[in-house]
Amino acid sequence: MTTSEQSAASSAATGLHVPGYIRDHEVHPPLDYPGYRSTALRHPKRPLTLLPHMLTEVTNPVLGQDRVGETDHDLTRQHAEEPQGQRIIVHGQVRDSDGTPIPHTLVEIWQANAGGRYRHTGDNWPCPLDPNFTGVGRTLTDAEGRYRFITIRPGAYPWRNHDNAWRPAHIHFSLFGRAFTQRLVSQMYFPGDPLFFQDPMWNSIPDPKARERLVARFDYANTVPEWALAFEWDIVLRGQEQTPFEDTEAEDDE
Amino acid sequence: MPETTPSQTVGPYLHIGLPWADGPFAAAEGTPGGLWLRGTLYDGAGAPVTDGLIETWQADPNGRFAHPADPRGAVPYPGFRAFGRCPTDATGQYAIHTLKPGPVPGPAGPQAPHIDVSVFARGMLHRVVTRIYFPEEEAANAADPVLASVPEGQPRQSLIAHSTGDGYQFDIYLQGENETAFFDI
Ligand SMILES: [Fe+3]
Repeated sequence: MTTSEQSAASSAATGLHVPGYIRDHEVHPPLDYPGYRSTALRHPKRPLTLLPHMLTEVTNPVLGQDRVGETDHDLTRQHAEEPQGQRIIVHGQVRDSDGTPIPHTLVEIWQANAGGRYRHTGDNWPCPLDPNFTGVGRTLTDAEGRYRFITIRPGAYPWRNHDNAWRPAHIHFSLFGRAFTQRLVSQMYFPGDPLFFQDPMWNSIPDPKARERLVARFDYANTVPEWALAFEWDIVLRGQEQTPFEDTEAEDDE
Repeated sequence: MPETTPSQTVGPYLHIGLPWADGPFAAAEGTPGGLWLRGTLYDGAGAPVTDGLIETWQADPNGRFAHPADPRGAVPYPGFRAFGRCPTDATGQYAIHTLKPGPVPGPAGPQAPHIDVSVFARGMLHRVVTRIYFPEEEAANAADPVLASVPEGQPRQSLIAHSTGDGYQFDIYLQGENETAFFDI
């Protein structure tokens, strides 16, 4: 377990600058949010230390097609029969905050079934499981950063956070982007859900306009006659900082 | 300019969606230099967090990244994915099989060998990020600018893993007197 210090020292001896990513804290929920009771013992109380973005932070795994199985993007074709519920297409584009599409990046989703139950040992509320629905999907974005899943519309489900607490219907999304800084886990919601008002996940996002960015758009143009409703949800990850030094910095270490 | 998408919690059911069968293997089994990085995730009451997810990302033993943003060139390292993902088990433990990273160049000279870590769990509306450093790298650690920016004493010490028979132990305390130092990423 000794480091190969000599080989690395030659490349590490001189300074190496890489462009960092914007910091968008104001967009995200706080880690301490009393309305969501489980945050109480699960948030750091000490101030965070600013981590400058260096090589480890501006890189991440380059994941390929080998991570994705043939039916991973189609949650209605993973069993012998089709699942119960309203068949939907969920699609959109993954971009940087500077507007650049993020191609060939892994998008992972998981969700409850049409009645609002997860295929998880910890989910035991009185709603039947669907033998034809696992609720897990994966895909890579295409060359234009676009993804597309076929699934069923998930149901709302109760939880014990507060009296008569129900989660609005949602699909969990996990994204890598192309840098450690861009890693994001979020949830996509459906337009006009009557449960938003009492949902602490939704209300934890400080800016009401930012909450709306988690709501998919009903997409009539891509709705397929006699087959499936479409919803479009674009995802925006942090983009690179624009600094006047950027152009010269990249060449420094050659 | 599009505005960024807000984070939401992974919730209690991340286990159906996120774990990969080969997730814990940042380095494939049998890769020379393979070691186990293990630890327990604790909440502010000192209870193990049994529904969390740990992800790790790091340089290869030569301090390089198989990624286009590495200006020295993206060079793959045989048997090495560099990314590990492991859910915490019924006792709050995670385990990732990996290789020890080499020093990584930074803007003011080399950084000590380190592993970036993301922690996700129910009850966390956003991930938290920390870094793992190595106990035998005393000189490199003393010169590392990131470690130097973390308050001295327990917080800085919380980032140094402990040696074990087959690798390292790195426990993560989300809150409390042993609270791990976390970064604004
Ligand atoms: Fe959920």
